[in-house]
Amino acid sequence: MADTYNVNPTRMELKKMKIRYANARRGHKLLKDKRDGLMKQFLETVRQNKELREKVENSLAGVYGSLSIAGAVSGPAVLEESLMLPGKEGKLDVRYRNVMSVTVPEFSLEILGKDGQDSYNYGLAFTSGELDASLSQMNALLEDLVALAQSEKTVQLLAQEIEKTRRRVNALEYIMIPKYLATIKSIKMKLDENDRGNTTRLMKVKDMMLKAQLQAGKSDEDEDETCCE
Amino acid sequence: MYKIGMIGERDSVIGYMALGFSVHEAEDADKARVLLHTLAKDSEYAIIFIVENFAIALEEDIAKYKDVPTPAIICIPGKHGTTGYGLEQVKSAVERAVGADILFKE
Repeated sequence: MADTYNVNPTRMELKKMKIRYANARRGHKLLKDKRDGLMKQFLETVRQNKELREKVENSLAGVYGSLSIAGAVSGPAVLEESLMLPGKEGKLDVRYRNVMSVTVPEFSLEILGKDGQDSYNYGLAFTSGELDASLSQMNALLEDLVALAQSEKTVQLLAQEIEKTRRRVNALEYIMIPKYLATIKSIKMKLDENDRGNTTRLMKVKDMMLKAQLQAGKSDEDEDETCCE
Repeated sequence: MYKIGMIGERDSVIGYMALGFSVHEAEDADKARVLLHTLAKDSEYAIIFIVENFAIALEEDIAKYKDVPTPAIICIPGKHGTTGYGLEQVKSAVERAVGADILFKE
């Protein structure tokens, strides 16, 4: 990047640029560390997320199968009636956790209801056995569903933050830092050029002065000579 | 205390009533869209599950809530089984973060 910032080539600006360059370097290092930390967390969560999703999707297929049989056997009205009042209920609590300045939710599930009992809250006389089976499968899935929601949300949030951090790191590394360096270099060159200009001017002036002095000395001598004569 | 919402067509979501989810039936994607926004704006809902075929239709609406901690809008397969859309989403998150798909490349 030969691009430079448009600043006056003065010592003040040079100093400012040097400070900004140092800050950019420090920010770059910090953001890079943040990106690496996020990435570590992300990969862990995403693996877990993938496993959970595969597990949930596989088991849900079975649940839907037995539920639809249950619906076919006992009729949709009976099915809905039997499911209307769950025998136990999951109470969800949300806390927020800070992962590298990303707020991610943490869901905790507390199951309320009669202990050690699945959520059958219906008479067994008018419902089919498939319903019981599908419900117990579903109950087993409840915690996985909540865990899936948590890890999937975390993955989404971390992915967004990583993308943002990566953009920042790249902007610093490939645009801002080279631009600062180029600006510092060009200011230095301009200042050096000015210095050299000054030196030559001084030398030139000195030469002129010496010449003038010599000339003056000569004419003095001439005058002296004429005086003496 | 927060609620878990569930949006989908009747046959897919009825079972979730037994888990104590607050189940909302939607016949089509437009109904689901209205439901989704109402539930997402309601701060009582921390998780909203949505059936895959609606999630595909409402991708843009769901994307609006992607960057806030709650609600978590999660798609799950409906009664027709999985279309792979959920895993696709995980994959796209990996691509977004890493820049390449490193998890599902096999």
